[in-house]
Order: sequence, then C-alpha cells, then structure tokens
Amino acid sequence: MSEAFQVKSDPELWSKLGMDVERFSNIPPVLTGVFSDVFLSQENRPQGMAYFDNMVSNIFTGRIQEMYDAKQEGRPVVGTFCVYVPEEIILAADGVCVGLCGGSQGSIGDAEKILPRNICPMVKSAFGFKVGRICPFFEVVDFVYGETTCDAKKKTWELLDQYVPTHVMEIPQMKRERDKKLWVEEVKDFKVAIEEKTGKVITENELKVSIETMNAKRKAMQRLNGLRYHEPAPISGRDMLLIQQIAFYDIPARFTEKVNELCDEIEVRISKNSYVAPKGTTRLMVSGTPMALPNWKLHNIVEKSGAVIVNEESCIGTRYYKDTIETDGADMSQMLEKLTERYMQIDCSCFTPNDERIDQVIKEFRDSGAQGIIDYCLQFCHTYNIEAVKLRQACEKEGIPFLAIESDYSPEDVGQLQTRIEAFIEQIQG
Amino acid sequence: MTIGIDLGSRTIKLAVMNNGQLEDWQVVESSFKPHLQSQELLKAYPGKSIIATGYGRHLAKKHFAQGIITEIKAHALGARHLFPGCRTILDVGGQDSKVISLDTKGKVSNFQMNDKCAAGTGKFLEMMAGSLGYELDQFGEAAMRSSGTLSIGNMCAVFAESEVVSLRNDGHLPEDIARAVHMSVVDRVAAMLERIGITDELVFSGGVANNGCIAHLLEKKLGRPVLVPKVPDVVGALGAALHQL
Ligand code: SF4
Ligand code: SF4
Repeated sequence: MSEAFQVKSDPELWSKLGMDVERFSNIPPVLTGVFSDVFLSQENRPQGMAYFDNMVSNIFTGRIQEMYDAKQEGRPVVGTFCVYVPEEIILAADGVCVGLCGGSQGSIGDAEKILPRNICPMVKSAFGFKVGRICPFFEVVDFVYGETTCDAKKKTWELLDQYVPTHVMEIPQMKRERDKKLWVEEVKDFKVAIEEKTGKVITENELKVSIETMNAKRKAMQRLNGLRYHEPAPISGRDMLLIQQIAFYDIPARFTEKVNELCDEIEVRISKNSYVAPKGTTRLMVSGTPMALPNWKLHNIVEKSGAVIVNEESCIGTRYYKDTIETDGADMSQMLEKLTERYMQIDCSCFTPNDERIDQVIKEFRDSGAQGIIDYCLQFCHTYNIEAVKLRQACEKEGIPFLAIESDYSPEDVGQLQTRIEAFIEQIQG
Repeated sequence: MTIGIDLGSRTIKLAVMNNGQLEDWQVVESSFKPHLQSQELLKAYPGKSIIATGYGRHLAKKHFAQGIITEIKAHALGARHLFPGCRTILDVGGQDSKVISLDTKGKVSNFQMNDKCAAGTGKFLEMMAGSLGYELDQFGEAAMRSSGTLSIGNMCAVFAESEVVSLRNDGHLPEDIARAVHMSVVDRVAAMLERIGITDELVFSGGVANNGCIAHLLEKKLGRPVLVPKVPDVVGALGAALHQL
C-alpha cells in the first residue's frame, strides 16, 4: 500500500478556483514524501487508518471537489480559525465548515512580505496561503469567520479582509455573566450572517439535528481518545493527531462513522493484544497550542525517539471534543444558549483567569496514563507561553515531569528539539 | 576500561575510564566529518565498547558507537562522579549553554537549554575576544585585570559586537571592555540558573569553564562557590564513559 500512496493533483480544479497552479503543483509531491516518511513508515497500524490516509491523498482534489460542488449548489462554505466559532450553526444551514489554520513553513515567506515577522507561525502560514493563492481550501470558501481571541489573529483579520470577505465574531476575554450575555448575542449574529448567505432561516429542527450530528462526532472522538489511553498503546500519537486534524475538513457524519469503525477495530485489537508500541514504552502527553496540518514536527520527533504520545490537550485535540450540548426539549433560544454554554467551556489561554485549563491538563494527564507532559507553544503565542508558567508550577506541585517547548515550523531546531526530548525521556526513565 | 566520546558542535572530547578513574582524555577541534575523526581517535582503543553523547551522537551510533545518551544525562553522570554532592550543573559550551537540576540521588529532575542564540555561549566570548584583539585563552586574564564597572547592554551577539567597537572608540580600556563582556555572559547564565533554582553544590562544566574570569564573576554574582572540574571540557565524555559501568 505504501508504494501506491500519493497526494493527488487536479490542476484543472485548482485553476477554476483561481489558484497559482504552477507554484502549487510542487506541493502534492512534497507532501507525499513527508507523509510517507512520518506515517507510512509506522508498523502495525490499524487497518481503519486507510480511510484517513485516503483523506490525505484527496486533500487537494476529491475533498476540494466536494466542497466546490457544495458551493455550486448554493450551500455556504465557511472558513474558520478557531474552535470558538460554532460549527453547529453552519451545519444547520446545510453549510460546510473548514478549519483554515496554517501548519506549513511553505507559506510563511508570502506572509512575511506583509505581516511582521514576530507573530505566531499559524497566523502567518494561513495568511501566506491566501496571499500566495496556494491553498485550495482558502480559495473554495465563500467567506472567512474570524474571532477576537489573540492579538495576532484579530489584527490579521483586518488585512485578510483585503483578500477574502472576513467577518469577525467577538469572543470575550473573561467568562462572567455579562460576558455570557455578549457571547449569546454574538452567536445569534453569527446565525444571522449564515442565514443571509443562504437566504433561509435556520429552523429549530435543523439546529437540533446539527447539534446531534456534532455531538455524535465529538463523542466518537472521545471514544477513540479513550481507547488510545490503553497501555500498551493501540494507536500511535501521529495517527491520532492526523485524525484530529482531518476532523477539521471532513464531512462530519462520514468522519464520525469512520472514527467509530476504527474504534471497533481497536477494541478487537486490544482483545487480541495487538499494539503499536511495546509495553513499557514511555508515554507522553502534549498540551498547548494547536498543531494544524501538516505540522507533525513534534509528534514525529517524539515517536521516532522511542516514546508514544497518548493525548493532545489542544484545539486540534481534546478541547475540540471534550464537551457536547444537551438539547432535550429546548426551543431555538434555549438551544442557542446551551450552545453558547458549551463553547464557554473551552479553556483557551486567551481567557483570564483560566485555571480550569490547568485542572483539565492534570486530569488528562492522569486519565491517559502519561508519564510526562510536553507543553508545546508556537513561537510568539504569548497567552500559551505565559500560561505555561502556571502549568509548570502545577506540575512541580504534583511531581509531574514537565518540558516546555517553543517552536515554529522551520526545520532548523529539529536537532535541538531532539536533544531536549530524548533528555526528557531519559529523565522519565530514570 | 570504558570509553565515552562527546561529539560537540565545535570540539570532540574523549574520556577513558579505568577502575573508576579517569585514565586519559583528549579534546580536539571537530572537522566536517566528526565520525571519521572520532574513529581515528578511537583506534588507540580497539574492541572497547563506546558510548557517545553530544550533538553528533546519532551519527556516532550509525557508524561506531554501541550506545548513546544525551548531553544532559552525560553531564549529570559526569558531574556527580567528580562532585558527589552536586545538585545543579551549568554547562557552557561553544554553541549552547544548559542548566541541569539533579535530585538527591543524582537523577535529572529538570533542565533548560539555550541553544537558539550565541549570547551566553563560548561563541559569544570568541567573537568579542576577536573584536578586541585578544587570543581566546588570554581573554579571561585580561578581564581579571580590570576592576571597572563598565557594562554592555546588548544581549544579542551581533549588536554587542558593535557596542564593543564603539566603547573602544570612546577610549575605554580593553580590559574594562573585556570585563564587561564577561559580565554579560555571567548575567545571562545566572538568569538561567536562577530560573531553574540552585540547590546544593553547583558545578560549572564545558569549555568556557576554563575561563577563570567567568567562574570568578559568577561566584561573586551568586554569592556561592562554583565548582570547576580540573578538565571541565570532558565532563560529558566522562559521563558517557560512566554510563556503561
Ligand atoms: S488556541 Fe484558542 S484561539 Fe486558538 S483555536 Fe484554540 S480556542 Fe481558538
Ligand atoms: S497559537 Fe496563539 S498566537 Fe497563534 S493563533 Fe493560536 S492563540 Fe493566536
């Protein structure tokens, strides 16, 4: 199978989208190589990973075609950058929601022609994709819905709006009653903005169904992550990260079905003692900033150094699916309120105070049977970087080995990271 | 007999242990092919098992070493062997500096590395010695002759260099500027140490520990003794040699 793997190309579709086809044509072969090295070199992967590998193979073609077709049918295609933007509402309008966060070094140069260099690589990478017209997802969306979480993002939206219509949802910085009031209003405005695009008002039933769809998706991911906590590990951290990344561009119902199938397979594998790492392999969990596709740098280094990653406390991780919404008997306005409450439980470091997150990290550390925490902070992400101080204090108090890493997408620091990570593994092994 | 080899970014260090004693050691400038160079050094010890550490450890493993450990663990083992009461290590090498905390049993409990910028490393001292016209091995002595209080404000090596030039043009004595340069390295590494916290004996290793002025100023700044091994360069190699015991 590994010989056959290829990230596919479709220059015709790309030119219809207005992309820089010539430049973009180099990307699929590069991704094919990297993906093969990082993922296909692993042994004894669950068979259910074939679906997700295929999602990567079709990332710039089949999946884009599906979105393009949806758009032709008049369904809204919305790009987002944050798990605070309520997907349920987009889904209720029969829309398509896609995460546009950038995880590639390749577009940083484009961004730095315009943006200051000393901001988060995720923002630069995404912005660069748009400026260089080298991301089909960016080109297929009708509009972008940003939010006011961190400074890097909220100020970049003003510039991004020069390239693609960019709406902004206000996310408060605190979680008091008055902030909740504002938040509910923002959710309602968001609903109206989506309705304006389709020219159709979202019905109570449509919202209820979409909430159920998203609940099912989040529960499937919870189930998979729970199975992953088994020692020895039945699935690698790399594969888990990949699935959590694909969650941001796949069709929710189809994704849920495939995740559940994978869970069924993993249950069987556990009963047959079939694992991806031997018993006693050092177990590490990651906390911190999200790792957007194709950012596999940390996982690749850790797992090639002989440890296994057993949890991601991240937005491309548990923050995305740890909470669901109860809709029992609620009317539209109650549902919107419950939805808002669910979103308010996301513990991003952009909030103050944010002590729930510290407790949540420790809880996930215990649940996952990890032996140490690597706190991953994208360079220049001040909120996560500062919050790492509190996390370190909490870990010291609990006697949890803790390693803080600050990195970007460039390959330059791979050797240095490798040394730190190997030393951290040695520290844990004693 | 056991052998440890530390393939650093600027030098290769070899330590030979026999009956629990450091019997022989070598420090050589590294070339473009550190593994070939290492194998040359190791010819004198045929058939011995070798543990490698340092930046080039994976290369060593690929070509000749039986096992590898990181610099962090190697320094912990080496420093503890020389100073059994050691709980904190400062290692300043050519390209990076690191601080390591040990628990009471000598196991690594925490560490931090500065490997992204030249400030606070041997490279910084070398650049500044060059721009003041000193040989590196006389730089520390020159700084010791000064009792001045001049300081340089720039932590970044590139800016510090031009600051040094303008201090010279302003007529400041080279010794005073040399002292200021040393002080800036000391400030930098002291901040790293304070961040991680110093417990019990502090051992200072790495090539830069050969510069007596750094150790002296660091003792003054921290107000506590700084223990420098006889051959501070080989602590990592020694630790690697000890790993297989
Ligand atoms: S880290 Fe914060 S700002 Fe970034 S996606 Fe998550 S919730 Fe949004
Ligand atoms: S990682 Fe931090 S700086 Fe980057 S977009 Fe997210 S919150 Fe903003």
